[in-house]
Amino acid sequence: MRIGVVTFPGSLDDGDAARAARIAGAEAVRLWHGDPDLHGVDAVVLPGGFSYGDYLRCGAIARFAPVMESIIDAARGGLPVLGICNGFQVLCEAHLLPGALTRNQHLHFRNRDQWLKVESTNTAWTNNFTGGQEILIPVKNGEGCYVADAKTLDALEAEGRVIARYVRGNPNGSQRDIAGITNEAGNVVGIMPHPEHAVEALTGPSLDGLGFFTSVLRALAGATAGGQLAGGQQ
Amino acid sequence: MARVVVDVMLKPEILDPQGQAVANALPRLGVTDVSSVRIGRRIEIDFAGEPDLDRAREIADKLLANPVIEDFDIRVVADAAEVA
Repeated sequence: MRIGVVTFPGSLDDGDAARAARIAGAEAVRLWHGDPDLHGVDAVVLPGGFSYGDYLRCGAIARFAPVMESIIDAARGGLPVLGICNGFQVLCEAHLLPGALTRNQHLHFRNRDQWLKVESTNTAWTNNFTGGQEILIPVKNGEGCYVADAKTLDALEAEGRVIARYVRGNPNGSQRDIAGITNEAGNVVGIMPHPEHAVEALTGPSLDGLGFFTSVLRALAGATAGGQLAGGQQ
Repeated sequence: MARVVVDVMLKPEILDPQGQAVANALPRLGVTDVSSVRIGRRIEIDFAGEPDLDRAREIADKLLANPVIEDFDIRVVADAAEVA
C-alpha cells in the first residue's frame, strides 16, 4: 500500500508522517504541493506544520495548492485522507470537514503529551482502535481550538463523527473537548494531536499513534478484498 | 487608484481571546471604561482598472474570510485622501 504525504512550504511533520507510514508497513510516497499528480497513492496524509507561513488563516492558502485540487476530488471519491494538526486546518478550510480551528482559548502554544479517548472506530483511520480506548499522543498547537455552530456539533455527535476527545484536560478550549472528527463517509479524518510522533518507544510517549496508520492499511486491504472504496460503512 | 477595502471580523458568537487579552491590558493604561474589545482584519485590494465589487466579494468569500467563523464587509474607497 502506498501512503502519500504532502509537503507544503512550511510543513514540519512530513518526514515523521512518512516514517510512521513506513513503520506501519506502508510505502511512503512524498507528494509536492505544486504537483497535482497524486502518483497513484492509496491514501494521503496532510502533515502538521505552518503551511504558507499560516498567513491569513491556518490552512487558508494551502487549500488552493495544486495538489489540494486533486486531493479534494479524490477525497470526495472515497480516497482515505488524514489531516494532522495543520492538515486538519487545511481539511476544514477545504470544506472536506465542517467547523474551523481557531486560536487556543488561553492564547498559549501548547506542547505536551495528551490523553485522548477514541470514540468512533468505523473510519478508515481509526478501525484498529476499540471504542472508548484511551491513547497518549503529543499535542502541539497554537490554533487548535475546534469551533462549529451548535447544530453542526450536535450532528457530529449524533452521527458518531467525533473520532476522539481530549480527556484529563482540554489543551486548547476545543468545543465539547473535540480532538478529531470525520466526514460522513468516514474516509476523511482530521485530528489536532500528532499520531506520527507516537510510533516509536525511543521518541514518543507511546506507540498509540501507529493505530491510525495500521487502520488505513486494514481499510485498504478490506476495500481491495471487497472491491469497494475504503470508507466508514463497515 | 481603484481600491476595495474588505473588513473581516469574527462572528459575534465566536470567542475572540486576542481581543479579550487586549481588553484585559487596558486597565494597565488607566482605561477602565471599556467593556469589550474585538479584533478583526482590514484588507486593501487595488484593482488595475475599475474597482470590481463582485470580484472582491468572491475573493473575500473564498479566501479572505472563513464564513464558518467570520463575517466580512466590502466597500470601494472613493476618497483619494483615504487611499493615500
